[in-house]
Amino acid sequence: MLSAPFTDGLRQGVVRYQRCAACGHAQTLARHACQRCGHEDLRWHDAAGTATVRAATVVARAPSDDFRPLAPYTLVIVELDEGPRLMGHALPGVRIGQRVRAGFFEHQGRALLRFTSID
Amino acid sequence: MTHTPTAWLRGADGTPFGRHEGRGPIDLMADAARQALASSALARGDIDGVLCGYATTLPHLMLSTLFCERFGLSPRYAHGMQLGGATGAAMLMAARELVRAGRCRNVLVVAGENRLTGQSRDSSIQTLAQVGDADYEVPNGASVPAYYALMASEYMHRTGITRADLAEFAVLMRANAVRHPGAHLRTPITHAEVLASKPIAEPLTLLDCCPISDGAMALVVSAEPGPHAPVRMAGAGQAHRHQHLTAMADVMRCGAGEAAAQAFAEAGLDRADIDYLGIYDSFTITLAMLLEETGFAPRAGAATRARAGDFAPTGTLPLNTHGGLLSFGHCGVAGGMAHAVEAWRQMAAQAGERQIRAPRRAFIHADGGVMSSHVSLILSREE
Repeated sequence: MLSAPFTDGLRQGVVRYQRCAACGHAQTLARHACQRCGHEDLRWHDAAGTATVRAATVVARAPSDDFRPLAPYTLVIVELDEGPRLMGHALPGVRIGQRVRAGFFEHQGRALLRFTSID
Repeated sequence: MTHTPTAWLRGADGTPFGRHEGRGPIDLMADAARQALASSALARGDIDGVLCGYATTLPHLMLSTLFCERFGLSPRYAHGMQLGGATGAAMLMAARELVRAGRCRNVLVVAGENRLTGQSRDSSIQTLAQVGDADYEVPNGASVPAYYALMASEYMHRTGITRADLAEFAVLMRANAVRHPGAHLRTPITHAEVLASKPIAEPLTLLDCCPISDGAMALVVSAEPGPHAPVRMAGAGQAHRHQHLTAMADVMRCGAGEAAAQAFAEAGLDRADIDYLGIYDSFTITLAMLLEETGFAPRAGAATRARAGDFAPTGTLPLNTHGGLLSFGHCGVAGGMAHAVEAWRQMAAQAGERQIRAPRRAFIHADGGVMSSHVSLILSREE
C-alpha cells in the first residue's frame, strides 16, 4: 500500500509525509512521482505535527452510522509547517489561520487525526 | 487538404427529474434516448456512435453496449465514461471530436439513473463520498457536502463572500425550476428560508445543496444540423489539476479558468459574445466559484450580479433556466447534462413557456469531483 507509512504513522502517533529526494518538494497525499519535478524517488519523513488551518467545517449530517454518534464534528484542512496539506478532525471553534498541533484518536478501529489549537 | 467537419448539437431531450419508482438506469436512459432521437429526426440505424455515462445504481462493466442491446442500437463506436459531474460535458466534447475526425456522423450521448429510489440515501451518500482519498480523507467521516463546505470556508475567507451571497443562487435556481414542469423541486423559496435551513456542513445548509434525483438526459452530436436551429459546437476545453480537495493547490485557480480559456480560444469568441450560461451547481458555492473563475463575474462579485438580475431569465446573461442541479435536480451524469440540454432547448426555441429570447451563444461548464475535473463548451447558433 502506497500510503501505509502514513496510516501506520497515525497508529504510532506520528504524522508522516513524502519528500522528493531530487528536488526536495514535500508532497500532499501519497504519490508515485513528485508533483513538482516528476522524479520517482520519494522518501517518507516524520513531520513536527504543527500546522496552520486553511479550511474548516462543522459536519452536522454524518454520512454513515459510524459517524452519527460524533456529529456535529469539526473537520479541517491544515498545512503542515513542512508544506503538505492534511484533512483531519479538530476541536470545536477552530478558525482559519489558527496555529494547531496534531493529536490522534481512535474511531471504529481506525486511527485518525485531531488538531488542537496551540495558543 | 481535407476540411475538418463541423459538429452540431442536433437534438436533445430528457425525462423529468424526481422520483421514478421502479425504473432502472437503462429504462430511464431509453426514455431520454427515444426522445432525443425524435428531437434530432433520426432513426436508430442513423446512430453510429454511443457514449454513455456511468450509473452508481448499475456499476456494469459495459454500460454503453448493454444500453445499445436493450435499446436496439448497433453503433460502430461505443464506450462509457467516468468523470464525475463533468462526465456529460466531457462526453459531448468527445462526441464532437468523433464527428470532427470523421469517425462518426451521429453520436448519441446518454446517461440516467435511479439515484434516489434505487438505493438508500446513506448508500448514495457513501458512494459519492468515495471521490475523497481512501486513506487521507474518507476515513474522517467526510462526505461530498463536507468537502465542498471545507472548500467554501477557504473561498469565503479569501474573498469575503458570505452565506447571504451564496443564498442568492439557491433562490434563483428555485425560481427557474418553478417554471419547468420536469423539475424535481418546484416550491418557491426565500432568501431567509435558505439561511435558516437545516445545517449540513457549515457554511452549507440544506438549501445550499442539490437534491438526489432519478432521471435521464440524452443529446445527439451530428455532422449535420437537424430540423431545429443549427447549434454548432464551437469550442471546448478541459483542465484536471487535482483529484482530491486536500491536493487542490489554489482555491482561486482550480482549473475552471484554464478550461474556459481553451474553449474561448478554440471558438475565437470572447466572454462578451456569450448570452446564455449553463454552469454546474452541485452546491451554491460551486456556482459562485465557477462564475468567478471563468470570468463571468469579478472575484467576490457573482452574488452582486445575481442581485442585479443579470443571471435571471430576463437578464443579460440567463443562467440555468431549467433550475440547475440545485432545483431541477441531480441524478449523477444526467444532472450535469441537463444544463446542456436546456441551453440547446433555449437556443433552438424549444423551451416552451419558459422560452427566453433565443440565445445566440452559450457557455457550458461542468466540474467533477471537488472542482477536480473541468470541462467547458461553447455553443453557437448559426443562422
